[in-house]
Amino acid sequence: MNVGYILQRLLLALVVILGVTFVVFMIVHIVPGDPARVILGAYASNAAVAEIHQRLGLDAPFLQQYFTWLGNALQGNLGSSLITSQPVGPQLIQRLGPTLELTIASLLVGIVIAFPVGILSAVKPGSALDIIASFISQIGVSIPSFWMGILLILFFSLTLGWLPPSGYTPMSQDLGSWLAHLVLPAVTSGIVSASILTRFIRSAMLNVLGMNYIQTARSKGLTERSVTIRHGLRNALISIVTIIGLQVTALMSGVVIVEIVFAWPGLGRLALDAVLDRDYPLLQGAVLTVAVVVTLVNLVVDFLYFFLDPRIEYA
Amino acid sequence: MSDATVSPAPVRLTKARQAARSRGLWSDAFRRLTRHKLAMFGLVIILITAIFAAIGPNIVAYTPDKMDMKTRFAPPSAAHLFGTDDFGRDTFTRIVYGARVSLEVGVISVGIAATIGTFLGLLAGYSRRLVDEVIMRSMDVLYAFPAVLLAIAILAALGKGVGNAMIAIGVVYIPIFARITRGEVLSIRNEEYITAARSIGAGDIRILFRHILPNILAPIIVETSLSLAFAILAEASLSFFGLGTQPPDASWGRMLSEGRNYFRQSPWMGIFPGVAIMLVVMGFNFLGDGLRDALDPRLNR
Repeated sequence: MNVGYILQRLLLALVVILGVTFVVFMIVHIVPGDPARVILGAYASNAAVAEIHQRLGLDAPFLQQYFTWLGNALQGNLGSSLITSQPVGPQLIQRLGPTLELTIASLLVGIVIAFPVGILSAVKPGSALDIIASFISQIGVSIPSFWMGILLILFFSLTLGWLPPSGYTPMSQDLGSWLAHLVLPAVTSGIVSASILTRFIRSAMLNVLGMNYIQTARSKGLTERSVTIRHGLRNALISIVTIIGLQVTALMSGVVIVEIVFAWPGLGRLALDAVLDRDYPLLQGAVLTVAVVVTLVNLVVDFLYFFLDPRIEYA
Repeated sequence: MSDATVSPAPVRLTKARQAARSRGLWSDAFRRLTRHKLAMFGLVIILITAIFAAIGPNIVAYTPDKMDMKTRFAPPSAAHLFGTDDFGRDTFTRIVYGARVSLEVGVISVGIAATIGTFLGLLAGYSRRLVDEVIMRSMDVLYAFPAVLLAIAILAALGKGVGNAMIAIGVVYIPIFARITRGEVLSIRNEEYITAARSIGAGDIRILFRHILPNILAPIIVETSLSLAFAILAEASLSFFGLGTQPPDASWGRMLSEGRNYFRQSPWMGIFPGVAIMLVVMGFNFLGDGLRDALDPRLNR
């Protein structure tokens, strides 16, 4: 394995994370006017404004503020909530778990639907299944996920009473209840990824199935199943994994929305609550955490790609 | 998508036949687009929405914020085509006004993203090393944030409201345009006609905007249509969260969040705005797919 490539990729991830910290830092600084006034409202006393200035370090020169903030952030100190005065760090850790659970569950829902549907659509393009699947996937990418979430709640929770409408139970506390609460949010954001993935898997499979070695495999007398899976899918998998990796950012975006609709106590919900409370340190922490997670996932996907296809040489 | 269709191998035409058949890249593409059923279906949805957005306010019987407590929660009828909401406001009227918001936000935010993104992509692809590095790494940084979360963060800084939502959504989609443009510029930068233009003394600006940009427009146009779909969804989400369009203005996302608690007893409050969003987004997706097929036959193979 190419050590140079790994180092280069790690360096790039580091640069991106550094840039991410700068953008997150800027959230407070592009506030029009005095951030302290925005946070406290128009009738705040000068003493209160001064206190916010002091807590957010707003009086120091700009770059010095950034480096102080970055230095603290690197030590895990992201300040404290302006509302509750609790340190931000522990809250982020507490919220990261539910976000990751929901993201992974959604991806699983997407994969479980997209692989069989995508492969079968590619094996028989133009078949009834292919047409129905492509129609449904068009709806899947066009439907607002918050709306779909509400419709699912209306039907499965309020009408049928099968599943809880919203909320969360920690896995360690009650596995059954955790799963029951997970189903609807995971399906909601999973359907969106399933729609996107199905289209990619279908076209990746179509590409591969048109190759000469597929003809060869068939003419050797292999079963259709073996041709499709061992010769087709295996080769299509490389581009599919890349797409799944690229999906992670989009998926996290969907998860943010779904968390808010289902009152799922993750980072997305935290970020929105922080915005509505004008709690900037909390918002900064939530946004920073998600962006770092996304960057790390992309890094892992890149390495995975490398392992999956040893033919690829990276300079 | 018609991945299955195999484009015919290029046939060498005699000069005379070529002159007779060739109608230029754009008219060929246009012809292919008009034959693309889904794209035309998408275009019809978009045109109907645009017409409603433009002249709708003159044809609806009510004003969007006219409350009438006597007709709260009225089901769809001749007087109220799509029923009324919890304040007795006419749902159809609000949907028509919402169409305006959706299209405006979509067009302006994608306009911002496409203009800035394309410009940065041109610059990055054309200049070498440092400028390219700085621009593209900045794009990587923006791209590391999930779209909706970045938009929420920008709105936190700029303040709520539909105008700021346009800016936020615009910023979020800059990297996509920059990446696509840069890739295209790299692929044609060393073509002979670029070298030729340079050798007859064309300056960088002229080469970028007269020779490179027109030749890479196709993927940018496709991305514009697909981004409009995303932008309309994003505006609906932000308004649903209370960060975009502010009351009493009507926007589809807002209508869904306002009606959320009444969906069971008055389903029309929840169904019509949702269907409106879905149809328009679908329209832009269909048109985008059709444009891709029409403008870039290579991608179909």
